[in-house]
Amino acid sequence: MVEVNKENYETEVLQCEGVVFVDFWSPKCEPCMALMPDVEAFAARNEGRAKFCSLDTTNNRRLAIAQKVMGQPTFVFYKDGEKAFVFDKDTIDMDKVQAKLDELAG
Amino acid sequence: MIYDVLIAGGGPAGLAAGIYASRAKLKTIILDKGRPGGQAATTMEMENYPGSFQEVTGPGLMKQFAEHAAHFGTDVQRGLVEKVDLDGPVKRLTTKDGRVFEARSVILAPGAEPRTLNIKGEGRLRGKGVSYCATCDADFFEDLDVVVVGNGDAAVEEAMYLTRFANEVTLIVIHDEGVLDCNKTSAERAMANPKIKWEWQSMLEEIIGDELVEKVILKDVKTGALREKETNGVFFFIGTVPKTEFLRDVLTLDEQGYILTNEMMETNIPGVYAAGDARAKYLRQVITAASDGAVAAVAAEKYLDETESFRHQVLEASERVLLTFWAPQSQESIEALAMLDRALYGEGGVSLAKLDSYRNKKTAALYLVKRIPTVLLFEDGRVLGRLEGGFTEADIKILLQQ
Repeated sequence: MVEVNKENYETEVLQCEGVVFVDFWSPKCEPCMALMPDVEAFAARNEGRAKFCSLDTTNNRRLAIAQKVMGQPTFVFYKDGEKAFVFDKDTIDMDKVQAKLDELAG
Repeated sequence: MIYDVLIAGGGPAGLAAGIYASRAKLKTIILDKGRPGGQAATTMEMENYPGSFQEVTGPGLMKQFAEHAAHFGTDVQRGLVEKVDLDGPVKRLTTKDGRVFEARSVILAPGAEPRTLNIKGEGRLRGKGVSYCATCDADFFEDLDVVVVGNGDAAVEEAMYLTRFANEVTLIVIHDEGVLDCNKTSAERAMANPKIKWEWQSMLEEIIGDELVEKVILKDVKTGALREKETNGVFFFIGTVPKTEFLRDVLTLDEQGYILTNEMMETNIPGVYAAGDARAKYLRQVITAASDGAVAAVAAEKYLDETESFRHQVLEASERVLLTFWAPQSQESIEALAMLDRALYGEGGVSLAKLDSYRNKKTAALYLVKRIPTVLLFEDGRVLGRLEGGFTEADIKILLQQ
């Protein structure tokens, strides 16, 4: 997964064509850490279909807030730089996340 | 592979059960949906677990619990139990990803999750300022203002944690000024904290915000008057709900969905136990969860001992078995054992099995044993005849002629 931060978010995510998936997490967030192996497996399974990014919000708080993310874990799908879908802590279900990717990536 | 003990849920209850079960040399597995630790791993302040008042956090303590269980050989695997088949001697549990696990006893410790209030704006603004986990999201609110809904231990303690980040933390309290449901130590500390503000006799009516939380509407519980308050975040700590939906049609639950057990953590199904926050009980804390886990594991161990040895020695024996229920405190039953030994001397095709009915209450109850001593004659797992109380050697000879 591509590690994104306030320096490269613009180029890696917002100016990227196609589907981009971003996992917003931080080491202090226990549910995020619990979910991490599933996220990595999801990215590996779908390699080549989208760009998979990981954002540690610890030092990227303002960037997260600018993306309207103020809770973790949060998954954001972008398509051609536009926000396409958001999963929050309560809606995250890896089967549904997979279905959303299938829908967006075709 | 059939496990001796399968534990569904790796919070403090499940981990404590794992420690006790694996230390008793039982083949033990814990299935947890993510990382072990449960709700305790998402709470930073942990001041009341005995021996851990200094520099101990929820995640830190749970890591130690997990290492402790692994040290004694508990196998911890990822998996969310979704389907259960608990009847019969071998229980089958299926995880969300379709794996099937089998075990002779099961300890259910699925835990609980934060209750939602379901007010307007709450669902839509989740992850956008609405939160149920301070350790997860506190960082976002550095120098911002938040409100906390609730006034129990969790609400007041998490509000204190939030003051390390937020500019101002306002507690929305339904009671009159000065009245809190939390413990007195936390109440005094919160009252003395200059970053904590209070909105007494108030309820949260609505959360407003376009893409992020912008303000809330509060309602005065006495007058019904509504007022607005600007804020950047809303944290809910208004209790929890048990994660027992998958057990609804299987076990006896109470009206709120908590699993009903007796003091030994036994559910209504033999060999199935419940522990921790998902159980109907008075106090839900790490210490009571761990206690439940210990009790459940020891009860499961006894159950396994009882059922296993009974199966080997009586039900699946190659010859006929005279099963004698005795008790060390009953002189009559001790004399009966000696008499049985004499009566069987030289008899072929029949063996004597002794069961301490005080230690094996379940088996005694199963065979309706009301008097000590009681003797049952088994053949191929079935009862052919029985003797109760003051029988003689001659009675035994007659029984054996069946």
